[in-house]
Amino acid sequence: MRIGVPDDGGPLVPATPATTGRLVGLGYEVAVTAGAGARAGFPDTAYAAAGAAVVPDAEAWAADVVVATRAPDDLTAPGPAALRPGAVLVAQVAPAARPDLVRALADRGVTALALDAVPRISRAQSLDVLSALSNVAGYRAVVEAAAEFGGMFAGQVTAAGTTPPANVFVIGAGVAGLAAIGAAGSLGAQVRAFDVRPEVAEQIESMGATVVRADDAAQQVSADGYASALTADQEAAALRAYAVETAGADIVVTTALVRGTAPTTITAEMVAGMRPGSVIVDLAAPSGGNCELTVPGERVVSDNGVVVLGYTDLPDRMPRHTSELLGTAVANLVQLGTPGRDGVLALDPDDVVVRGMTVAAGGEVLWPPPPVSVSAPQSLVEPSLVEPVETSPGSRQARPAGSGSRQARPAESGSRQARPAKSGVRPPKSGARAPFARTVLLGLAAVLAVLAVAASPPDQAAHFTVLALAVVVGFYVISHVSHALHTPLMSQTNAISGIILVGGMLQIGSADPVVTTLAVLASAVASINIFGGFLVTHRMLGMFHHSPADGGDR
Amino acid sequence: MSVESIVQAVYLVAAVLFVLSLAGLSRQESARRGVLLGMTGMGLALVATIALALDRSERPVGVTAGLILLVLLVGAAVGTWRARTVEMTQMPELIALLHSFVGAAAVLVGFGSYLSEPATSGADAGAGQTVHLVEVFLGVLIGAVTFTGSVVAFGKLSARLRSSPLLLLGRNWLNLAALVACAGLLWWFLVAGPAGLVPLLLMTVVALALGWHLVAAIGGGDMPVVVSMLNSYSGWAAAAAGFMLGNDLLIITGALVGSSGAILSYLMCRAMNRSFVSVILGGFGAETPAAAAGGPAEPGTYRETTALEVADRLTAARSVIVVPGYGMAVAKAQYPVADLVSRLTARGTTVRFGIHPVAGRLPGHMNVLLAEAKVPYDQVLGMDEINDDFPETDVVLVIGANDTVNPAAQDDPASPIAGMPVLEVWQAREVVVFKRSMATGYAGVQNPLFFRENTAMLFGDAKEQVELIVQAL
Repeated sequence: MRIGVPDDGGPLVPATPATTGRLVGLGYEVAVTAGAGARAGFPDTAYAAAGAAVVPDAEAWAADVVVATRAPDDLTAPGPAALRPGAVLVAQVAPAARPDLVRALADRGVTALALDAVPRISRAQSLDVLSALSNVAGYRAVVEAAAEFGGMFAGQVTAAGTTPPANVFVIGAGVAGLAAIGAAGSLGAQVRAFDVRPEVAEQIESMGATVVRADDAAQQVSADGYASALTADQEAAALRAYAVETAGADIVVTTALVRGTAPTTITAEMVAGMRPGSVIVDLAAPSGGNCELTVPGERVVSDNGVVVLGYTDLPDRMPRHTSELLGTAVANLVQLGTPGRDGVLALDPDDVVVRGMTVAAGGEVLWPPPPVSVSAPQSLVEPSLVEPVETSPGSRQARPAGSGSRQARPAESGSRQARPAKSGVRPPKSGARAPFARTVLLGLAAVLAVLAVAASPPDQAAHFTVLALAVVVGFYVISHVSHALHTPLMSQTNAISGIILVGGMLQIGSADPVVTTLAVLASAVASINIFGGFLVTHRMLGMFHHSPADGGDR
Repeated sequence: MSVESIVQAVYLVAAVLFVLSLAGLSRQESARRGVLLGMTGMGLALVATIALALDRSERPVGVTAGLILLVLLVGAAVGTWRARTVEMTQMPELIALLHSFVGAAAVLVGFGSYLSEPATSGADAGAGQTVHLVEVFLGVLIGAVTFTGSVVAFGKLSARLRSSPLLLLGRNWLNLAALVACAGLLWWFLVAGPAGLVPLLLMTVVALALGWHLVAAIGGGDMPVVVSMLNSYSGWAAAAAGFMLGNDLLIITGALVGSSGAILSYLMCRAMNRSFVSVILGGFGAETPAAAAGGPAEPGTYRETTALEVADRLTAARSVIVVPGYGMAVAKAQYPVADLVSRLTARGTTVRFGIHPVAGRLPGHMNVLLAEAKVPYDQVLGMDEINDDFPETDVVLVIGANDTVNPAAQDDPASPIAGMPVLEVWQAREVVVFKRSMATGYAGVQNPLFFRENTAMLFGDAKEQVELIVQAL
């Protein structure tokens, strides 16, 4: 089959020479519109070298599988008009925002796979363009803000005085938010962040930012990893938190998205309360914006001198890497759909990943897909209230209870943290019964021992005393040995148990030649044990050494 | 002051030295002193024993002295040769083999003791004689089980025997039957008087078979527990010999070794979340294949990577944790790994090792291999010390480990390894798994780690791959 990569006029291209090579390797013929990759830094010659045909735009649109950065707005425009019924279109579709487009695609008889509707399950991570682009956008948001901001992010100490670090406040710790936190943090800013999903607090901390707490606004752990709409009370609480935080911030990056739509997080009033020269970057601008002053695609300056950036093309501003990410996701999708590596796209409509991405097929609109039920991490604290969360690159799972020292403080018991309880995973063995049975067994053993000692002659009783004391001593001596030394310990005890040589040697002097023979044999093997055991232990311990004093003891 | 009493005093000193020796071995700093103390104790005990043996000798002293000298020469020659030439990766085998020597010696000493003080007929046998006979019997029994058990463990560890568990029908009943038979033979042995050699020999045969079967039924993955269990047995065999010879030094030493081996086995079992009894009875390997087959069948896709890519990641990483497993020992990759780590450390990257308690085929096996490759021991951390640090780690290199890093142990209650504490490598930003193929580990369980989105697989021989990475750096 033929895969076409048309030129949509934007800076991005959904196939790089490297991913083109992968597609060719899967058995496909690849046709790239001349100049499609030029703005991302990939010349036509590189595509040709990777095995693609460089063709006019219409020819690329006429392929069996068309891979585009975004689905075209107008299907009748010169290029898209060539899109054939029965063809597969792989692109970002934004099906929730553009139902008419999805309808038009269905009417055309096109099978449309939305790269931005990949279900959030582990297996589909490698296809998730949304989170990859969000990552880029989050990074770029900080770069844009830094360019607008009239100061330095890192605090500086100079001969002429010191400057404080910039205060960055990030709303929404999704992939973009976390990337923004990371970028701002590495520029040296002091970062604070807020998210209505309580389970991401740890991720915020892990990126080096301070979590802004607003218990009243905290939601339950979400079923699919995305935030859901807030109740009126929660919203009021969240807005109070935003007002306090924005007033103290130099840079605000807001990334809140609820089911594809942008809630208002920053009111005009809050902007008015900010210092002149502060910068707001609204990553939700493509969906209308989180800030009331945001004009999608524009740079706006408020009356009091606050810059509001509503750029909708942040990923496009770094076309090289964004194209690489897009291209890799597309190649991963095609690889998923080409199990035979034979150049024939055979998508399994029952696969939840494919089903989730398919927004139109066979003349029907298939959006929205049925909800995906995700699997695993169980043993949540309150299973009846919360559904499990599938982990995603940004949303790593809360850490096990064993490491709880820096988790939610007791006062915050209102927020429900998903926390796999380590102990809860153990299979329910006969734990309750065991101590009782052990006590009984120990008791029986003690009674038997007492009987045995009582029945023995007095000199034997003394031996029993020695035995019992030695066992107890052995127990206490060994129980604190470090794991690293188990092997040396074992070879040492093995050498010591060669003490049985004593028994053999004492019998060597016997008048009975048979006994002497047995004794010599016994002594010989036991002495191998002693010499071998001690030497090998010594050799092993000679290898253990402490790192040099200046070395990385951190 | 006779020779006898001086010898007893020396034995007491030796016993104390042994206790101090084991105590010294519980910490790195004092471990070498511990070995020296043990050697001193053993030297004292041997000198005293030689004196006593010559004093008691029933034949010309010269002959006895010659025989003892011969024995020591043989032991020193063979023992020194083995200790010098053994490779650290073969340490489990060597230790298992040495255990079998103790078992064999215990059997021989038991027979010797029986033959040198033959039982008189039932009528004038006093309680003292009965007790002595019981001691001989038990000493030979434990020795024989230790002997064949260790031989099988040695065979499995050195790949001379198949490492998969041997599962005879009703194996627990077979073991029980062997024990009952031994009890019956003990009764016969006690009443047989001078003819007691027959039941003693019969029991030896049964006990040898029992030892063989016990260990043959345990899978290779459980060998760390088995080796430390046999270590314990060898101690009890020595203690039993001490009883039959009336020698307190043997009893003390045997009990020390016996209890230390038992505790090590217990620690191992706890690290695998398995009950000691089920490991001993070889219950684990049995249920695995079925459970693995019935497990979740969604393997998903995995991501392959190259040595060059890994080198890039390592260059960019600020903190790295290396998690080695038995695969590293098999590939003998510890030297290139140590080289890689020292280069990274020299660049200012924080590199540490995370060692699962049951990684390898012997408790602490990985630590010994890394020490051999001159990795400072303060860079080598245990599971509990390092598990909390994974979320702050950029790259984790999993080299030849599988079950010890399996998230199913925490996530999947149906998994055969459910509840086993594991290294939580998947919490790190990126995990690179070095593996020969997608085959399962010793527990025969598929590892969901390989299909995580932050995991990349690096196939091929671990040693070659690590060397490639070192070159690329």
